[in-house]
Amino acid sequence: MEESSIIKIENLVKSFPIGGSFFTALDNINLSFSKGEFSGIVGPSGSGKTTLLNILGSLDVPSEGEAIVLEKKISTLSHKKAAQLRNGHIGFIFQTYNLLPVYTVYENVEFPLLLLKMPSKEREKAVKEAIEWVGLTDKIKSKPAQLSGGESQRVAIARAMVKKPELVLADEPTANLDSENSHHILQTMERLNSELKTTFIFATHDEKVMSYLNRIIRLEDGKVVKDELIGAKIAAS
Amino acid sequence: MMSIKLALRNLLGAGLRTWLNVIVLSFSYVIIIWYQGLIDGWNVQARRDMIAWEIANGQYWNENYDPFDPFTLEDSHAKIPEELTSGIIAPILITQGTIYPEGRIQGVLLKGIPKDQKVLRIPTDKLVKENGEIPIIIGSRMAKNNKLSTGDFLTVRWRDTNGTFDATEVRIAGIFKTDVPSVDGGNIWLNLEDLQEMTQSIGEATLIVAGSESISGKEISGWDYKSLDFLLADLDQIIKQKSVGGSIMYILLLLLAMLAIFDTQILSIFRRQKEIGTFVALGMTRGQVVKLFTLEGGMNSVLAAIVAAVYGIPLLMFTRYTGYALPYDVDDLGIAISEVIYPSYSLGLIVGTILVVMITATFVSYLPARKISKMNPTDAIKGKIQ
Repeated sequence: MEESSIIKIENLVKSFPIGGSFFTALDNINLSFSKGEFSGIVGPSGSGKTTLLNILGSLDVPSEGEAIVLEKKISTLSHKKAAQLRNGHIGFIFQTYNLLPVYTVYENVEFPLLLLKMPSKEREKAVKEAIEWVGLTDKIKSKPAQLSGGESQRVAIARAMVKKPELVLADEPTANLDSENSHHILQTMERLNSELKTTFIFATHDEKVMSYLNRIIRLEDGKVVKDELIGAKIAAS
Repeated sequence: MMSIKLALRNLLGAGLRTWLNVIVLSFSYVIIIWYQGLIDGWNVQARRDMIAWEIANGQYWNENYDPFDPFTLEDSHAKIPEELTSGIIAPILITQGTIYPEGRIQGVLLKGIPKDQKVLRIPTDKLVKENGEIPIIIGSRMAKNNKLSTGDFLTVRWRDTNGTFDATEVRIAGIFKTDVPSVDGGNIWLNLEDLQEMTQSIGEATLIVAGSESISGKEISGWDYKSLDFLLADLDQIIKQKSVGGSIMYILLLLLAMLAIFDTQILSIFRRQKEIGTFVALGMTRGQVVKLFTLEGGMNSVLAAIVAAVYGIPLLMFTRYTGYALPYDVDDLGIAISEVIYPSYSLGLIVGTILVVMITATFVSYLPARKISKMNPTDAIKGKIQ
């Protein structure tokens, strides 16, 4: 793996059984991502963006080839090791926010730290800091049902960022948001990327998101058809 | 600790769903404890009454005495042994007799017992002779069945030790109420001396009830000691049968409660797939998710126990003091049962019920939770039904 590379994907193939045959969702993918990248996998629906993100997030495994994330081979990780990798080093942001409905904003953001068994005082400080990053201090006791879409996604960002992970995987984070909220959360993530040097990888087909990215990988029918760096926006790496 | 905290947070956060479940389960706790307490109370009362009215600290039976053999009854009496005369005892002489209430003929057992005995609760102090009349006392069932009242005269016929028939008029000096049918139905109680005189068996008895433990269990020639265990064996058998019936009720109530929890947990899994997927994505292992859901189910039973305690303790205490009046006439049931049963809630019953419900609730929560481990997290995150 290269010096600053935190993800390396080699000859990755992912296929799913459908009926009596197999559908190839990802076909011979070779990519690498460096620390601090703010990059996106773009393409139409069904192109394999989410599948690739799931494999990078150790929620799924390749059918062939290998994905090495933070020096861990995804295909050989046990369930427990994969959970440890997600818990300790990867943050997820979902299109539908996936906040825990019975928890308050504070409790939602606190959840990953509880899994990390962080001491209570340290945890409280980290949670409040994360909520402050996304500007939701006044909503700390609200439940997800009381939040707007934009606010919910900001809580999801705070939850992903609270443990200061090396990698954040965001699957269509703006798909359910209006333009203003989309820009707001993208600016928030861009700021966190530059302040914390966290690597962000988006799966999106939203033009607004693409305008913020410093690298765009275009997928079509499970294959990488384009991988371009947007020069002016290359991060500190 | 973290799992407990999260499970509690999930439970309390679920609001009405949790409380409905908890309330249903709390009913199960209270009903199971009340029902078992009622049966236990019945059992305790039946034993206590039989000891108070019939058995005391055991009985010495004449070696020929067989309560199930009427043909040997006339030969089943002997002099009261000297070893026992110094102790607190209630010797009883039994012989067969016949009465003629309202012109009908009816076989009875004539039982002679000292009028001044303090061993059994039978009100023998009423067996005081007045105007040369022989006083008798009978139980309320006997009185009701034969339409007899206090003060009535009754013709009694019997055989003496030589087999000669004799008859006399007796006066009903009292009618007593007892829950022990073997003291009541078909029994006529007389003063021991009167019956001894009537049957020409002076100083003799068929059985001797021991009034104190100090004279229980002695080996006396011609007499067999019958312990409490022996004398209560039939009752214990009935209690055992009742317990089997009670257990079926217990299991049914438990199954109903468990069905509610199982149902809720199954529904939770389908409704909360997205949440489960999120838990996994945020770094929970499958084992932790199973543990969390199992704990949630188990905690339902803990919360239910607390809720049940809030309304159940006063309710059960109330029923303990007021008792439960049986809605039908229990006189003819033939077993020792009072008209009002006072439930008996032992610590063992309460702790046992709580533990059984908690363990079962946790187990039935584990079953659907185990299903989670087979769930594909990528589909679960999207909330796809699998």
